[in-house]
Amino acid sequence: MAHAPVAARPRVGVVKFASCDGCQLTLLDLEDELLSVVEHFDIVDFPEATSARSAGPYDVLFVEGSVSEPAHLERIVELRRRTRFLVTIGACATAGGIQALRNWGDHDAFRSGVYSNPEWVSSLARSTPIAEHVTVDAELRGCPIDPNQLLELLTALTTGRRPQLRDEAVCMECKRRGVVCVMVSKGIPCLGQVTQTGCGAICPRFGRGCYGCFGPREQANAAGLTRHFQMAGDRPREEIGRLFAGFTAYSEPFRSMVTELGGARTARGATTTAAEPAPRGGKA
Amino acid sequence: MSRATTADKAVNERIYEVHELTRVEGEGSLRLRVKDGEVIEARLGIFETPRYFEQIVVGRTPDEVIDIVARICGICPVAYQMSAVHGFEDLFGVRIDPQVRALRRLLYCGEWIESHALHIYFLHAPDFLGYESGITMAADHRPLVEQALKMKKAGNHLIKILGGRPIHPVSVRVGGWSHVPRVSELKEHRAALEDALAFAQETVKVVSGFTMPAFAREPRVVSLRHAGEYPFSDGRIVSSDGVDVAPSGWREAFEEFQVEGSNALHARSRDGKGAYLLGPAARIMLAGEQLHPLAKEALAASGYAELIRTNIYASIVARAVELVQVCAEAIDIIDAYRVPSEPLVAWQSRPGVAAWATEAPRGLLFHRYEVDESGRIRTAQIVPPTSQNQAAIEADLIVAAQQVLDLPHAEATLRLEQMIRSYDPCISCATHFLDLRVDEV
Repeated sequence: MAHAPVAARPRVGVVKFASCDGCQLTLLDLEDELLSVVEHFDIVDFPEATSARSAGPYDVLFVEGSVSEPAHLERIVELRRRTRFLVTIGACATAGGIQALRNWGDHDAFRSGVYSNPEWVSSLARSTPIAEHVTVDAELRGCPIDPNQLLELLTALTTGRRPQLRDEAVCMECKRRGVVCVMVSKGIPCLGQVTQTGCGAICPRFGRGCYGCFGPREQANAAGLTRHFQMAGDRPREEIGRLFAGFTAYSEPFRSMVTELGGARTARGATTTAAEPAPRGGKA
Repeated sequence: MSRATTADKAVNERIYEVHELTRVEGEGSLRLRVKDGEVIEARLGIFETPRYFEQIVVGRTPDEVIDIVARICGICPVAYQMSAVHGFEDLFGVRIDPQVRALRRLLYCGEWIESHALHIYFLHAPDFLGYESGITMAADHRPLVEQALKMKKAGNHLIKILGGRPIHPVSVRVGGWSHVPRVSELKEHRAALEDALAFAQETVKVVSGFTMPAFAREPRVVSLRHAGEYPFSDGRIVSSDGVDVAPSGWREAFEEFQVEGSNALHARSRDGKGAYLLGPAARIMLAGEQLHPLAKEALAASGYAELIRTNIYASIVARAVELVQVCAEAIDIIDAYRVPSEPLVAWQSRPGVAAWATEAPRGLLFHRYEVDESGRIRTAQIVPPTSQNQAAIEADLIVAAQQVLDLPHAEATLRLEQMIRSYDPCISCATHFLDLRVDEV
C-alpha cells in the first residue's frame, strides 16, 4: 500500500458478485463507527444501502462475491479499470466461496439435469476468486469478514499506512485467549492450525472445531494435518475431505485436499465414496 | 438510481423500468409496461447469480447443512439455520430442553431486531422522508439514525453472545447448542435491549407519522400460527382463506414453478387461488392475538391495525410493531433464563424427510431434506420468503401502476420501487433453488 492516503476523502464503491451480501453488510454493522466512517469516505456507489449511484472512478472499491456467471468476466475487468485501490472482501471474493464446491462437478450435467429450463439461467462452470481475474490490492478474509479487520483497513486507508492484519494460525488466537484446544481435549477435528486467524477463534471458543472460513494461512500444512486426522481419529478419507470442502475449499492447499480425499459433490448423485455409519451428534 | 426509460415504440405505451433495484438485499430489476392505460407486463426480475445451494448440500451431514445454508443470506442466516435444525430434529425425534428452545427464540429475536431495524431505517424510511439512503438521512435526522444503529447493534450483539458473531453464527447444532451463555452474559445485555424496546416503541410512532401513498388491495396472507406464542419456529402454516398444515407440510398446500426472466422460482398455492403475501403484516393479521402486550398496545396506538391489511406501504408499521414484539420478548426470555441442564442432547440419524418452516424476518421459509441411510442429504428444497412473495409483488404492481399513471415518470418509478421495498425483498435468498427439481427428475 502507498504511504500516503489514497485520497483526501476517498470515493468508495461497494459492489457485489455471487455472494450472500453478508460482507458488505458488515460495513453497515459498524454501528458505532458508521457515521464517522462516512465523514472520512465518500460512499458513491453502494446499491444495497443507497439509491445514489456512480459508475466510478473509485479511489477504493470493495468487491464482495465470486466471479460466477459470464457477465461477471467483463464486469470485474471494467471495474478494475475504474478503480485505484481494489479490496476483495470475504470468502467468496478471496476464495470463490461455498459456491465454488461446484467446481469439482460437471457443471453442464449439473444444470441440464436439474432445470426444467436450464437455458433461462446463466452461470459459469467454475466459481472463482476475484484475484484470478484482476489485480487485487488488499483482501479481507472470512465468511463473513471481521468488523475489526474492516475498521483497521479503513483506518489504514485514511492515513496511508499498511493495515495491521495478523497472518498466523487460529491456534495462536486460541492460545492468546486461553481457549482450551478442542482437538486435544475433546478430539474434535479442527482446521485451526492451517487456517488464518482474524475471526477471534470463534468456533473453538464456542465448543467447535474451526471450519476454515478465513481460508488457509501461508504455508499451511494441510497434508500433515490430514495425516494426523487419519492416525488420531481413524476417520475415513472422505470425512476429512469434507472438513476442507467448506467456504474456502477452492484455495490451495485446501483445494488439493478436497480433490485428493473427496468431500465435494462430483456430479449429480452422492459425494460419498464408501458406505459409512450414520453420523451421531451431540454427546454420544 | 432509477434509469427510467420512455417508450419509443408507441406513444400510448409507457415503460417503467429500474435495471438495478437499490436498497434491497441482492440484485433485482423492475419492469412495468402500460399500454392504453392497461398493464401488459409487471415483472420483478431477479438476476442475482444462482449459487446452487440445493446441490451443494447433497452428500453432507445435517450439522454441515446448518453451516452451509446460513450462507444463503447475510441478513437472515439464523432463519436458514432455524428451518434446517427444526426439520432435522423433527425427523430424528430429538427432544430439546425447554431452555434450549428459549435460547433459539432469543437468537431469532436478535435476527429480527437487526433485520427489521436495518430495513426500517436504512432501506425503507429514506423513501418516505425523501433521502437516497439512511446515511444521507442522518445529515438531517442524526439522533434518529444514531438510535436506529444502536437498536440494530442490540440485535446483532444478542446473536454474537449466542453464536459468536452477528453474521453466520456458529453454535446452532442438531440437538441444541455447541455453547450456551452464562446467565450473567445475557443479563449484561438487558439494558441495551431495554433501550432498544423504548426506541422500538418510538419507531412505531415515527413510522405511523409517515405519509403513506394511497393503495388498496387485500392480499391472501400466509404465516405460521401457534396457540401460545408469536410465530417463529413452531405452530401451523395457515392462510387467511383456510390453509392449515403442519410446518413440515408446506408442499401439501403450495408448489413452486419456474418463470423466464427470474433466477428465482415463484410459488403458488395448490388450491388454484394463486398469489399470497408473507411477512410482518401477514403475521400480524394471522397471529396478532399472540403479540406481546406492549406490541399490541403499540399497534392499537398506531392507528394502522386495519390499514396494514390493505396498504402494502404500511408494512413499515407492521415491521415496527414486530420490533416491539422481539425486543420485549428478548427481555422476557433473558429474565427467565437459566443455563440448560442439557445444552446438546445426543441424537441418531434416521432416513426420511426432514421438513420444516419457520418465520424469517421477511416471511415463511421452508426447507425440505431427504436424508439417506448413511445420514447424508440426498436431495434438498429451500423455499425462501421472497420467492413466495414474487407473485404478490407483481399483483400489487399491476394495481399500483393504475395509480401512478398521472405522476411524472421518475416519480412514478420511484413509487413503484418504494412498493417493492415494502416487501423487504431478500433477493440473494430467493436465488439458489433453481435446482430443486432434483427430487422430481
